Amino acid sequence: MKPRVVIVGGGAAGMAAALRLESRGVEPVIVEREEVTGGKVRNWHKLFPTFTPAEEVLEPLCRGIVERGIECRTGVSVEAVSADGVVLAGGERVEADAVVVATGFTLFDAHRKQEYGYGIYDNVVTSADLEQMMNRGSVRLADGSAPRRIAILHCVGSRDEKVCQSHCSKVCCITGVKQAIELKKMFPEADVFNFYMDIRMFGPGYEELYREAQQSYNIHFVRGRISEASPTINGRIQIKAEDTLTGRPLKMSIDMLVLLVGMRANDDNASLAASAGLALAPNGFMQNKDPFTGAVRSQREGIFYAGAVTAPKSLADTLAEASMAADAVVDYLNADRR
Amino acid sequence: MRNIKFGYGISKPRAIDIDSNDLRKSNEILREMPELQTCIGCGSCTASCTAGNLTQFNFRRVHTLVRRGEYMGAYEEMNKCMLCGKCRLVCPRGINTRGLAMLIKRKLGDF
Repeated sequence: MKPRVVIVGGGAAGMAAALRLESRGVEPVIVEREEVTGGKVRNWHKLFPTFTPAEEVLEPLCRGIVERGIECRTGVSVEAVSADGVVLAGGERVEADAVVVATGFTLFDAHRKQEYGYGIYDNVVTSADLEQMMNRGSVRLADGSAPRRIAILHCVGSRDEKVCQSHCSKVCCITGVKQAIELKKMFPEADVFNFYMDIRMFGPGYEELYREAQQSYNIHFVRGRISEASPTINGRIQIKAEDTLTGRPLKMSIDMLVLLVGMRANDDNASLAASAGLALAPNGFMQNKDPFTGAVRSQREGIFYAGAVTAPKSLADTLAEASMAADAVVDYLNADRR
Repeated sequence: MRNIKFGYGISKPRAIDIDSNDLRKSNEILREMPELQTCIGCGSCTASCTAGNLTQFNFRRVHTLVRRGEYMGAYEEMNKCMLCGKCRLVCPRGINTRGLAMLIKRKLGDF
């Protein structure tokens, strides 16, 4: 009989891990809280730094799950995990020989940075909202017109003790560059300004895209954090920052403010950790066993991690880690039966 | 001999010279307020500064210069601060910037 592995979370990490496990002779079972699998990536339009449609990455995963007949329990959340199975909401127990936790992350709620006026003024949107607007093909101001001046603010809900999110969310910088280019392609007449603290272009092709944004798209980069946004008398948004490279306060009126919201730890990480004796990192993400040799392992034998549940990660890193996690599970199962 | 003025002078070097700057006061300030080391230079303090919007006062610039041992004029600059504390409300590193303004004045009255 094939060994059985429960995967908690049916996003990109969970599905990629399931496919890899299935091809290595294991029977995976995906448990997904939402009604459909696909996770956050379902809401993304195009992926950095290549502008690959998110669907091109997600569709083969979803199709693979269906074609190979992998069991998916959707619309049900997991209350507790252990090395030999999980307990679903309602008390049902699903037995397994190992468990992979791939529950990802939560988007920072931009309402909490009230000074930026999200949910208060028109035309203040998050990076996630913008992806969905692009998916619908409806990037427009509230009055239906095209924006002439757009500001993109980095580090919203990242590197900010005021909202208890001290970590860097890693992917926002490159997302800001990507979205600036997309906006500029949509509205060639518009001026796009990115307000940044540090530009962290860590991945292959990222720095090149940043340069392209400056060189080919004339996107402006201002080093300074926007301190507040307020409405103007004619319905635009006024923002204030320090232009730290000239050392002077700066203010400008814009039509649209895009907040690059960070990745924060899921609220239920703590209860999940408590149920299984797992450890949390100081920022609330799950703590893996070791950053070098145990990246996909937990403190408990038989419980593994894949994707952004342990730290903010790009989709590329998440997919790579899903394979790693599946291989680690197979090694564990083989050692167990030897 | 007559002193002929050719219109040339010797300019002082502009560089911040860490070798010749006396960092003792800077270190004292950092010892009393270690969180100042965590500044990421985002400029939120200056952007929200009441005084900085009306005068040349740039809080981020002054406290960065102080950390480098450039104390000249720091006390007089800090006198422009109205201690309203808005900078402290916005600092993403949780630095007690209002306390820092007072600390700099206390430590650097002689410069």
